[in-house]
Amino acid sequence: MTGELRPDLLELRNLSKAFPGVAALTDVSLRLRHGTVHALIGENGAGKSTLMKIVAGVSTPDAGELRLEGRTLRLGSPREALEHGIAMIHQELNLMPFMTVAENIWIRREPVNALGLINHRELHRRTRALLERLAVEIAPEVELRTLSIAHRQMVEIARALSYDSRLLIMDEPTSALTERDAEQLFAVIRDLKAQGTGVFYVTHRLDELFAIADEISVLRDGRHVGTDSPRNLSRDDVIRMMVGRELAAAPAHTPAQAGPVVLSARGLGVADEFHDVTFDLHAGEILGVAGLVGSGRSKLAEALFGLTPATAGEIRIGGDAVRVDSPQASISRGVGFVTEDRTETGCFRGLSVLENLEISVLSRDFVRWGFVRAGAVRAACGSMVGALRVKTPGLDERIENLSGGNQQKVLLGRWLLTAPKILILDEPTRGVDVGAKAEIHQLIARLVADGTAVLMISSELPEILGLSHRIMVMHEGRVTGILAREAADQVKIMELAAR
Amino acid sequence: MADRSRERRAAARVRRLPPEAGILLVLLGLALAFELLGWILVRQSFLLNEQRLVVMILQVSVIGIIAVGVTQVIITGGIDLSSGSVVALTAMVAASLAQSSEAMRAVYPSLTDLPVIVPVMAGLAVGAAAGLVNGTLIAWTAIPPFIATLGAMVTARGIAKWYTRGQPISMLTDPYADIGSGVVPVVIFLATALLFHIALRYTRYGKFTYAIGANREAARVSGIRVARHLIIVYTIAGTLSGLAGVLTSARAVSGQAGMGLMYELDAIAAAVIGGASLAGGVGRITGTVIGTLILGVVTSGFTFLRIDAYYQEIVKGGIIVAAVIADQYRRRHRLTGT
Repeated sequence: MTGELRPDLLELRNLSKAFPGVAALTDVSLRLRHGTVHALIGENGAGKSTLMKIVAGVSTPDAGELRLEGRTLRLGSPREALEHGIAMIHQELNLMPFMTVAENIWIRREPVNALGLINHRELHRRTRALLERLAVEIAPEVELRTLSIAHRQMVEIARALSYDSRLLIMDEPTSALTERDAEQLFAVIRDLKAQGTGVFYVTHRLDELFAIADEISVLRDGRHVGTDSPRNLSRDDVIRMMVGRELAAAPAHTPAQAGPVVLSARGLGVADEFHDVTFDLHAGEILGVAGLVGSGRSKLAEALFGLTPATAGEIRIGGDAVRVDSPQASISRGVGFVTEDRTETGCFRGLSVLENLEISVLSRDFVRWGFVRAGAVRAACGSMVGALRVKTPGLDERIENLSGGNQQKVLLGRWLLTAPKILILDEPTRGVDVGAKAEIHQLIARLVADGTAVLMISSELPEILGLSHRIMVMHEGRVTGILAREAADQVKIMELAAR
Repeated sequence: MADRSRERRAAARVRRLPPEAGILLVLLGLALAFELLGWILVRQSFLLNEQRLVVMILQVSVIGIIAVGVTQVIITGGIDLSSGSVVALTAMVAASLAQSSEAMRAVYPSLTDLPVIVPVMAGLAVGAAAGLVNGTLIAWTAIPPFIATLGAMVTARGIAKWYTRGQPISMLTDPYADIGSGVVPVVIFLATALLFHIALRYTRYGKFTYAIGANREAARVSGIRVARHLIIVYTIAGTLSGLAGVLTSARAVSGQAGMGLMYELDAIAAAVIGGASLAGGVGRITGTVIGTLILGVVTSGFTFLRIDAYYQEIVKGGIIVAAVIADQYRRRHRLTGT
């Protein structure tokens, strides 16, 4: 047998990568053997995607090296990775909906005839051969948009294979698939394995690990925690490895001051997003919402605020059943919402700090006969900037010149100006440096002490555990449990969130 | 070190200048260039001729009124291509209600002219209605503003022709003709600009307009009724086009379906030269007024130098593109400079 001598398909040696202010990967070493599936698992932000981007040539490591079948590999672009037989199948499919399946697969490499025109017969023949290898029945000449998500995924895999790939990277390939489609995908992956292809498989789902992986590696905070065969691991082992020790810097916990119920949901749902969500939120309480990306937690926040009106169930604000079909409906009842995406749905780029702050109050205050009472608004915004300790040269500085943490404070301030009774916070400290994070935590704690009710969504378990009085966990659009602070720990939450 | 801080202080001073400073310099530069060329080529002063300056502003007043509306649309991140056609349509409707009955009085002695307020109000109403249709389409369907107003551009021109089966409308009453005479259009232009300058800078309406253009989704999250506000903005733009149509027909003392051809492009050009960004969130009425004046200077400057009208258009196109390039350069510089 020469198998013992054959080098690994890919060896990652001591990879490190830092982004401004964050160490995304620290000294990670992994091996991928021929014809195996190596699964990567970890919490949001554990470094899985960063690692895979390095393997796919999307980003370059700051330190460490890649060895492909024993030879050192330096990748400058995804194209170079493809030339070495490394292909990545992205979480969001990168396909062109108005082109045919064959055109999508062979784009830029279409077979041409003597005149330089595309030889469609040859194109379709090649496509059919490729799809046969995957054992899926898709016609090469149909437009991509007519296909189901599962079939689009197959087309993406076919495109990856069309580069004679020996190494496939799949980033949460089942996140948009039904269980049956996922089964078909697994069958395809097993076939590929038999043909000697190695697969890096990134996932959030524990069940899949045990169904498909030959080896499981766990990442946490950018570090490699461990690698083992699924035979030697239990689900609890994996969860424990993902969560790790209690983080030291857990924010200070505030005592509960449960007042009256100010917001409640009864059987709330948005079609295709989440279902049957029921909870009560009390004045002076922080209800933490945990769950992995895609669990429906952000959609829940949008439904409570009226951005995506609920299609089922009931919302009660201050005891009254309210039809929350627009943000105005919730805002007028004292609800505020800081969205998870500062850039897309938060900041007004190009406008000043002042203009970013004042916008939410102009509907009610500081306006006489349509005219903005500029002096009064400036005074109010000035004292808000002072109270939140926003670091800015002045109120007229453009918002994009502030750091992420200070932008986030401005967005919080926008709602604090409305003196909200209920504040919905979606990832209130995402992409915020440590100092600003602590300040935002203190601010939230102070608001709650003054009787504000807070619903806080966060991917960071220490944040959830440190601030919340109760914790609601969601998984695939359903509430899988509501835990009291005292009864909750990271392992229990991950069990409910990852299933 | 000292150099660095001095540089920074200088940069801060530049940033504190109003954004119109650059474009104002362009206006003055163009005017001086024509002044100089005037002395060299035709041995006359370009600027020291009151008559010429009045005519110059008069020529662009109608465009300027439209541009004031279009600027607001552009600030929301939209565009209005229908302005020129709406000018034609309102000119026709207003003129038809402003016809003098003198000629018919021999047959029908009881006929009287309608009071001048009737055609004026009808014209404004037609413009407002066109803007309302534009705004509603854009706010409530997923149609991009470019397409919605392109449709309105074709349709409004069509209605204007159909209205009299292509016949021009003439013999308008004297009071109606007076609206367009002398410097009245200039006064109306400046008053309109002042009104909306104040509205954009000092009222809630203005704050919401900028916010929607800067980030529509964030505006929605902030509780702004985005759809309703967009309808208001397009309706205002339509009404101003209607006003431009009334002035155009009054000045020509007739209504013709061919009026206002390509006015929308001149108006957009004025706004863009004045610093409005088609990406939304950026734009000022003061800039638009200067942009309008630049168009006026170029037109009357070339006429003054007795240079072929064809060159005018060639140069005008170049100026529009140059203005946008300069603007983007400036913006990129400012972003990386801080």
